[in-house]
Amino acid sequence: MNLIAKPSKDNIKTYVPIGLFLVSLSFLDVFVNAFFNFNLMGFLPSQLSYFLPLILGYIGFYLIRIEFSGVRSLDILNKNINSNNFNALLTLFTIFIIIKSIPPMLDWFILEANFVGNSKDDCTGDGACWVFIKVWFNRFMYGLYPDAEQWRINTAFLILFAVVGVSFFVSEKLKKYFILFLVFVFPFLGIKLISGGSFGLEYVESAAWGGLSLTFIISAFAILFCFPIGVILALGRRSSLPAIKYISIGFIELWRGVPLITVLFMSAVMFPMFLPDGTFIDKLIRVLIAITLFEAAYMAEVVRGGLQALPKGQYEAAKSLGMGYWRMNALIILPQALKLVIPGIANTLLALVKDTPLIFVVGLMELAGMIGLAKTNPKWLGMAMEGYVFAGLVFWIICYAMSRYSQNLEKKLSTER
Amino acid sequence: MIFKKFNIENKKARDLIPQAITILALISVIIYFATNAQINMGNRGISFGFGFLNQEASFDITFSMIEYDGSNSYGRAFLVGLLNTILVSAIGIFFATIMGVIVGISRLSDNYLIAKVAEWYVEIFRNIPLILQIFFWYFAALRALPLPENGISFYDISFLTIKGWYVPKFIWTNFNIFLLSVMAAFIAIYFINSYATKQREQFGKQIPTTIISLATLILIPLITFLFLGVSLSFEYPVLKQLSPTVFTYAGGVSIIPELIALALALSMYTATFIAENVRAGILGVGKGQKEAAASIGLNKNQILKLVVMPQALRIIIPPTTNQYLNLTKNSSLAAAIAYPDIVLVFAGTALMQTGRAIEIISITMLTYLTLSISISIFMNWYNKKMAIKEK
Repeated sequence: MNLIAKPSKDNIKTYVPIGLFLVSLSFLDVFVNAFFNFNLMGFLPSQLSYFLPLILGYIGFYLIRIEFSGVRSLDILNKNINSNNFNALLTLFTIFIIIKSIPPMLDWFILEANFVGNSKDDCTGDGACWVFIKVWFNRFMYGLYPDAEQWRINTAFLILFAVVGVSFFVSEKLKKYFILFLVFVFPFLGIKLISGGSFGLEYVESAAWGGLSLTFIISAFAILFCFPIGVILALGRRSSLPAIKYISIGFIELWRGVPLITVLFMSAVMFPMFLPDGTFIDKLIRVLIAITLFEAAYMAEVVRGGLQALPKGQYEAAKSLGMGYWRMNALIILPQALKLVIPGIANTLLALVKDTPLIFVVGLMELAGMIGLAKTNPKWLGMAMEGYVFAGLVFWIICYAMSRYSQNLEKKLSTER
Repeated sequence: MIFKKFNIENKKARDLIPQAITILALISVIIYFATNAQINMGNRGISFGFGFLNQEASFDITFSMIEYDGSNSYGRAFLVGLLNTILVSAIGIFFATIMGVIVGISRLSDNYLIAKVAEWYVEIFRNIPLILQIFFWYFAALRALPLPENGISFYDISFLTIKGWYVPKFIWTNFNIFLLSVMAAFIAIYFINSYATKQREQFGKQIPTTIISLATLILIPLITFLFLGVSLSFEYPVLKQLSPTVFTYAGGVSIIPELIALALALSMYTATFIAENVRAGILGVGKGQKEAAASIGLNKNQILKLVVMPQALRIIIPPTTNQYLNLTKNSSLAAAIAYPDIVLVFAGTALMQTGRAIEIISITMLTYLTLSISISIFMNWYNKKMAIKEK
């Protein structure tokens, strides 16, 4: 009779050990089944042995569900994963799926995967062929950029990281110059270094650029240009002058209403028609203009949100000090408005980075494009999975780091107020 | 002195000058582009116009919801592409909403494991570019499916193969009557609900509307099956041998892998954003609201239905509208895996054949603008309906 009683503090001594035993038995069964392909309950009828872990775990969880048991770890366990029957089932399903999916993943990624070798024939195991990534790594990073000249890309990025790194440690006064250098001098210096054509550097046409470095180059330039344009558009949209206001609204809504891919199509096939016959603008520059204008429209909406959130008193106070429109915006309004919308700005920049693979439309190949090229190479057919998993991982690390950084920034700024 | 006078006394003139300069600049840019375009088109021997839409398209489209072959016009090809875009967007929106709501609620679950799994789902799928996810599903995951002769069978009525997903085809008789009955059921449900609301607000009576609505929705169409001669039969896909090594399925409907990959990627990606909106919406309803509702004696379901959801929806809807818009625009990535949407069919193939860049790109962009604006108008209307009515 005692055994059918509801689990409570009185029978905790008998119920909890039995319950824990049943739960661990069910996990052990699934674990052994998944990792060693051995069915512990094989002596039972097949249908029963299939569902037995679930039934055992369910009964076990029921037995240990004792409210206010006085045992701290048991209470924490119950509260978090075992608060009622439904939650117990969800917990069991989740843990079973995780245990079940570990062995095949582990096999594919590491145990059965191939790391050594130089060609597809070296990939004899059933798992991933990481040799593919190893052999093509250079191309994935630098595109078709000549091997002998790749130090130029490396140098450009090294200077960038060095300047950014040093600027964290110098005094406020020097920091200003560092930022000015980064915004106004470095981009053009870097692009000159990479494209070459002077100072004794060999000229490398932009069609040869590619891989992850191109993702960074395009993102960096688009971020640099779309920010000021976005701010101007946002100010234009809030302007009291009707002509400027409606032109800004029209411009913003036009870009926001169409997909980036059509904008890139436009830059590739329609834009040349609008230029005098014989003028040729480099493909990369056209793409850069397209992405910049597109993202500037989104940036404008984010900045507008900040402008609208500022109390009217700020404008009135600035005007009463005798400031004109530009001085008021530059010194009073924008510094506050931009600070308010840092998360929005970060999200827009994140979207920009995630949009860069779309440049395949015009035939430029960054990381995803290079993988598309590599997987269609006759010697490396059937490597799509490895390639896209690798690219996904690289982009995920970049984007996840960016989003975490923006979340931290948001937290930091919100405590300052 | 003159300048000062000018500044203060002629504010109107001061306002006019920048506007006039902006408009003039805009007009001159447009004129410059237009003249160049005219000269360029003159050189290539084409003139601006939309007459080409009536010409024969003479290319085939792999997947079409309406009758189409190469002898149809470019206008018809445009329509095929547009319908395909709408199809994949609608499928994507449907699944993204369901998944987004489930994941969003899971993130707030008091089950630690479920909340963590949902969080990682969001963090993983939100931070990988959509185009890579589409490539992954199309080039890596769906290419791993078996050939037709050993396709994965679902109870022998539906088959998943590398060439697509073959599902049974619905064959209706008297479909119109059935459709009318469904519409009648919805109208009935509307009246039942408004009656129930009135009863609740005036007399405090509770009418179980959910069960009654469900019953109406099942009963009225059922009557048409029993008495009005509506019937439904299925045409199942059957494996057919074309040559000793080539197999295919005959009958049924084939859902092409491009559509599956695109719909899968679009809904999994957008679901992460919708999940965050749902989570923010539910968190945004103050704790006091729930406590107040509980203190006047509402039960748990009533609190959710009458107090939490109406307020949460008000927070959820505007950003979710934006996600629907984004999904529709993102469906244009179809061009990357050759799903015949409007970009691939019209801005791709048709443009290559006719060379009419300006007309075709403008039509494509205008179409997306129209789609975007119509979704946002509909959602604004819905939003207004849900908004707080202050007395």
